[in-house]
Amino acid sequence: MTPRRRRLLLVVGILAGVSLAGLLALRAFQDNVMFFFDPSQVAAGEAPSGERFRLGGMVRPGTVDRKSGSLDMAFVVTDFQHDVKVRYSGVVPDLFRENQGVIAHGRLEPDGVFVADEILAKHDENYMAPEVARSIKDKHGGVMPVNPDPASAGGGGAAAPQLPASTPVTRF
Amino acid sequence: MDWTWFHRLASPPHVYRIAGTLTPWFAWPAGLLIVAALYGGLVLAPPDYQQGDGFRIIYVHAPTAWLSVMIYTTMAVAAAIGLIWRMKVAHAAAASCAGIGAWFTAASLVTGMLWGKPMWGTYWVWDPRLTAQLILLFLYLGYMGLRAGIEDTARADRASAVLAIVGVVNVPIIRFSVDWWNSIHQAPSVMKMDRPSMPADMLVPLLLMLLGFTLYFFAVLLVRLRAEILRRERSASWLREALSA
Repeated sequence: MTPRRRRLLLVVGILAGVSLAGLLALRAFQDNVMFFFDPSQVAAGEAPSGERFRLGGMVRPGTVDRKSGSLDMAFVVTDFQHDVKVRYSGVVPDLFRENQGVIAHGRLEPDGVFVADEILAKHDENYMAPEVARSIKDKHGGVMPVNPDPASAGGGGAAAPQLPASTPVTRF
Repeated sequence: MDWTWFHRLASPPHVYRIAGTLTPWFAWPAGLLIVAALYGGLVLAPPDYQQGDGFRIIYVHAPTAWLSVMIYTTMAVAAAIGLIWRMKVAHAAAASCAGIGAWFTAASLVTGMLWGKPMWGTYWVWDPRLTAQLILLFLYLGYMGLRAGIEDTARADRASAVLAIVGVVNVPIIRFSVDWWNSIHQAPSVMKMDRPSMPADMLVPLLLMLLGFTLYFFAVLLVRLRAEILRRERSASWLREALSA
């Protein structure tokens, strides 16, 4: 074996070893790396009970309930499989909207309501101009579909297919 | 096939010379592309339907983030070539990458934080994507610190090359963190198999900016590589001849 070949094998060996170690470490930390749990995971009991955790999902349209004269509000977070009711008191970020991703940090109460003390908005990867968004909304009866396709919208192209409410959506 | 052009890349005088010749061929297109992309992105592109004009930070954030990862991969490949083929110029190239990559990583983190505050509602969260990107910055800083700590250049080359190769496992973690785990960071809009989640008038300036930043990186890399070769070859006779000519 030439010295160069030995060094090549050494580099490949380092890469393989470190990848394996990294893989094992990430598998071990799987639960901690999860930034949030979705409502299905909460329903399956995977979320830590009695401890603080983050709940992520979409704000179900028509469920945002603000009490006038206070910062108290309630809404339902959904992944289109399961729903979790959230209670919160405070200011929400600009991108907090119906049918948009949201991440709530708080605790699941025994009555099944998630009481949050921090609300973050999660943006999706879709970007489009306001008038395009309006035309997509019009095609779907005034509601923004969960996974709008900005490329096919506008210009009289085929309407973006809307996901039925029962389709599992893992990324929102 | 004739491989002489490849073998000549191992020669410091040769690389010093062609790096000098090539630099303007990267620098000028980079400048023109960045100016055009800025105009396209800040003036021509429409505002986003949700983020308004705030989305325009993508024209700096996405290219810097892409380069931070691309430069690290370049650095690790150069370090591996240097280690396996004992090629001094490859080590010099890897060493020249680190500083540029660290700045691009810092820029991607800062622009991401500035966007995160109004959009997500927070500057920073310990999210997989964000944390992996911060680790990338520490890998760059560790690489530079390790090099600075070893006086003998040949030993610094070998030790830092191993660190660069070990750190490359972080690259797929950054890229796939948003797919593997629930993350607050959105999935890629452009760098994916599917078609881009963005209309052409937003996308074209972004792609121009990506290309412009990439060419800018190569221009800066060539300048830094020349400086690194000068430092390493300061007592070589070819250099004295080249400078006195």
